[in-house]
Amino acid sequence: MPRIRLWLLAAALAVSGCSGPFPQSTLHPRSDFARATDVLFTEIFWWAAAVFVVVELLLVVAIVRFRHRAGRPAPKPMHGHTLMEIAWTLAPAVILVFVAVPTVRTIFATAGDAPPDALKVEVIGHQWWWEYRYPDLGITTANEMHVPVDQSVQVAITSADVIHSFWAPALGGKRDAIPGKTTFIAFRADSVGDYSGQCAEFCGASHANMRLRVMVESGVGFEAWVAQQKDGAAAPPKASLAEQGKAIYARSACIGCHAIQGVSPGVIGPNLTHVGSRSTIAGGIFPNDSAHLARWIADAPSLKPGSMMTRMQPPLSDADIAALVAYLAILK
Amino acid sequence: MSDAPPTGLKSWLTTTDHKRIGLLYFWTALGFFLVGGLEALVIRLQLAQPNGHMVSAETYNQLFTMHGTTMVFLALMPLAASFFNYIVPLQIGARDVAFPRLNAFSYWVFLLGGLFLNASWLVGPLFHAGMLNVAPDGGWFGYANLTERQFSPGPNIDFWVLGLQILGISSLAAGFNFIVTILNLRAPGMKMMRLPAFTWMTLVTQFIIITAFPVITVALVFLLFDRFFGTHFYLPQAGGTPLLWQHLFWLFGHPEVYILILPAMGIVSDVLPTFARKPLFGYTVVVYSGILIGFMGWGVWSHHMFAVGLGPIADSVFAATTMLIAVPTGVKIFNWVATLWGGDIHGTTALHFAVGFIAMFIIGGLSGVSHASPPADLQQTDTYYVVAHIHYVLFGGTVAGLFAGVYYWWPKMTGRLLSETLGKWHFWLQFVGMNLAFFPMHFIGLLGMPRRIYTYSPDLGVSDLNLVSTVGAFLIAVSILVFLYNLWRTRRHGQRASNDPWGGATLEWSIPSPPPVYNFSVIPTVTNRLPRWRTELHGPMQDPPAMPPAPIHVPGGSWWPMVAALGLPVMALAPLTHTPWVAFVGVALLLFGIYRWAFEPFEV
Repeated sequence: MPRIRLWLLAAALAVSGCSGPFPQSTLHPRSDFARATDVLFTEIFWWAAAVFVVVELLLVVAIVRFRHRAGRPAPKPMHGHTLMEIAWTLAPAVILVFVAVPTVRTIFATAGDAPPDALKVEVIGHQWWWEYRYPDLGITTANEMHVPVDQSVQVAITSADVIHSFWAPALGGKRDAIPGKTTFIAFRADSVGDYSGQCAEFCGASHANMRLRVMVESGVGFEAWVAQQKDGAAAPPKASLAEQGKAIYARSACIGCHAIQGVSPGVIGPNLTHVGSRSTIAGGIFPNDSAHLARWIADAPSLKPGSMMTRMQPPLSDADIAALVAYLAILK
Repeated sequence: MSDAPPTGLKSWLTTTDHKRIGLLYFWTALGFFLVGGLEALVIRLQLAQPNGHMVSAETYNQLFTMHGTTMVFLALMPLAASFFNYIVPLQIGARDVAFPRLNAFSYWVFLLGGLFLNASWLVGPLFHAGMLNVAPDGGWFGYANLTERQFSPGPNIDFWVLGLQILGISSLAAGFNFIVTILNLRAPGMKMMRLPAFTWMTLVTQFIIITAFPVITVALVFLLFDRFFGTHFYLPQAGGTPLLWQHLFWLFGHPEVYILILPAMGIVSDVLPTFARKPLFGYTVVVYSGILIGFMGWGVWSHHMFAVGLGPIADSVFAATTMLIAVPTGVKIFNWVATLWGGDIHGTTALHFAVGFIAMFIIGGLSGVSHASPPADLQQTDTYYVVAHIHYVLFGGTVAGLFAGVYYWWPKMTGRLLSETLGKWHFWLQFVGMNLAFFPMHFIGLLGMPRRIYTYSPDLGVSDLNLVSTVGAFLIAVSILVFLYNLWRTRRHGQRASNDPWGGATLEWSIPSPPPVYNFSVIPTVTNRLPRWRTELHGPMQDPPAMPPAPIHVPGGSWWPMVAALGLPVMALAPLTHTPWVAFVGVALLLFGIYRWAFEPFEV
């Protein structure tokens, strides 16, 4: 672990009273992209620290050593010194060369190109949730991206409405999601784990509530996830609460926006075919449990300002909501 | 005719005296600075703990939008303008600015534009029953297409677009006025390379203003047309592109950073020599590096856009230009340190703030280098790391520089010295407060907290750091209260200032404090860069006599700049309220004001 990270963490921990760990830290890189950036930042940090110490020291020495004292003779009126001017023009220029060369090298190394066999994932930003499509696998899901460890991933990013920015700090820098344009990042995750991130470009009322996760899984785990996602929507058992829920879903406003394979084709909201397999709802701000789902279905805008999922009119009864929740829960 | 300035409300409303307009700028900008500061305190209260719910998401978005917009356009720029107005004519040995009534017009447009923008906090019920505030909520950078009608249907963004257009007119008029003033009204012998550093940086700033503001004017006109007339400059579904807004906004926005910092650099370049009792080291280099910064500021705008994916070539070029701009900036810092070196440093409050400027600006500059590097920036941009950076530059830098100017020139502007004891309290509270408020933000950002979010999860692990930052913000507020008390106390009890309480080298110290209406009883003849100092080559100049040898005609006031200025917000009401005929009232007011102004007799 580079020293800078230890140093920064130690300082942060000291100030924050040890409230870590830091799931969204930029200083815990877990991919080639994030590591390249981290190495570069470390280098720049040490140059900056050296310049900081030298210049601040000069300043402090000057104001202490030359502070006014009674009887100090009038200073010599020194107007300038050509050699010194040349020296302190060249010195920062030379330091900047040492910053610029690795910078340009890293720019090209992290330009977003991945090998042709990379897993392709399309990211589409929506106010205020993330849609992920795996074009080669035929999978559509929301907010939680699954990728295999030690395999290159090519992420193509765009937006369905305003500008967002896709950012999972452990896996790399952010890239804007711009309507009418596709941008790219590429990374190769090197550790299995559940990494959090969130939208980084201000995108309206619930910008703060547009969170995301990237689940980096072992090859086997990822294959299992793919198999599950490629399956059709689960059918509820006969005469169960979930079956009632499916009927309520099919006759309510839900179908206007949401897709469940074989049930409804909506494209505005998140695809719910496998919603029960996700760990969070509502743009990653609540755990996916029946209590939160029920509150969310009843009145989404009160939980998430500006939510496009309006209050149901007329409102659903508590019994109907319970049935809906039971249905969504079986959609593993 | 006489030395005694006219008094009463009318004399202030109709004034064309650059000194009075400077004071009007000061008090108005100070008022907006306090408003912007209160907005910052509410923001910090909301973020003091995770899942904060002091204000709603919508109100929070309005708060950070208005905090940024207010501080940039209504506080820092006009506080600098206060010194342009009051000090520049005195430093070049002039009796007023080149166009005194245009100067009054600039002020009234600024005041009305600021009030127009801030009215959005109060007039909500006129637009939506039951809603108190319809303040702008798209960020100070107003990124399209979020700011388009489709995604921001309310009047919030209309207030912002129209308000900024009004304020732009004020800045442009003032820009031309000061360029002509500095180039044409210099006293005999005041060659360009004898101008005080502050006047030089003012000149550079005005050139940036008159070239940068047209760019944002165009950007805002496009947005206005999109919002009101159904054009699609920034609408991707109709062939437009939201990136056009970003290019135009930052093409203005980055030079704007230098509009905010160069005047403060000019103040520091005047304050340090006075209190070190030593000429500015490398005057020529400091001036030329300021000019260079002014030019180079035009070639770096895309460093605000590294995350949009412009491609590796564009990213490399803009990284290089951005890093290059650190060179002239570093040169200035070394020259300031060299000015102090070997001096006889008098630790006045003004000097404290000037040295504080250097110390804090270095931190802001160095963190700037770290996001001049695009790959590093991809982790830092839009996080609190950048919030830390801009506040080290604009608060640690610009605000400290402006306070150095306040403590330095307040005796010249009011005839009374601010209390040095209270000044030191102000300085140290502000210095500690700002480091508590902004230094933790570096960590908050690196640990993954984006900016512009009204709430954050306790899981991020940045709760305690945010609390520290909030405490720091309130410490800054306490320091500002000390400053306000100092201003209030000085009105009655401040020590009276002589012509030259500090032993300054420049012309403003050769005349009474505050100066008479005509400034100089006799226009001085300047023979060197430090007219009031004795150097190895020359002795100090003789100050102008206390009484003018012959009566000096000073033009009287005029109502018409204010009337013309009033036309602009009235015109803006038309689109805001969707009432076209109101525009004709505004145009009529503007034309009537200009007509009467044009034909106003000189002898009043």
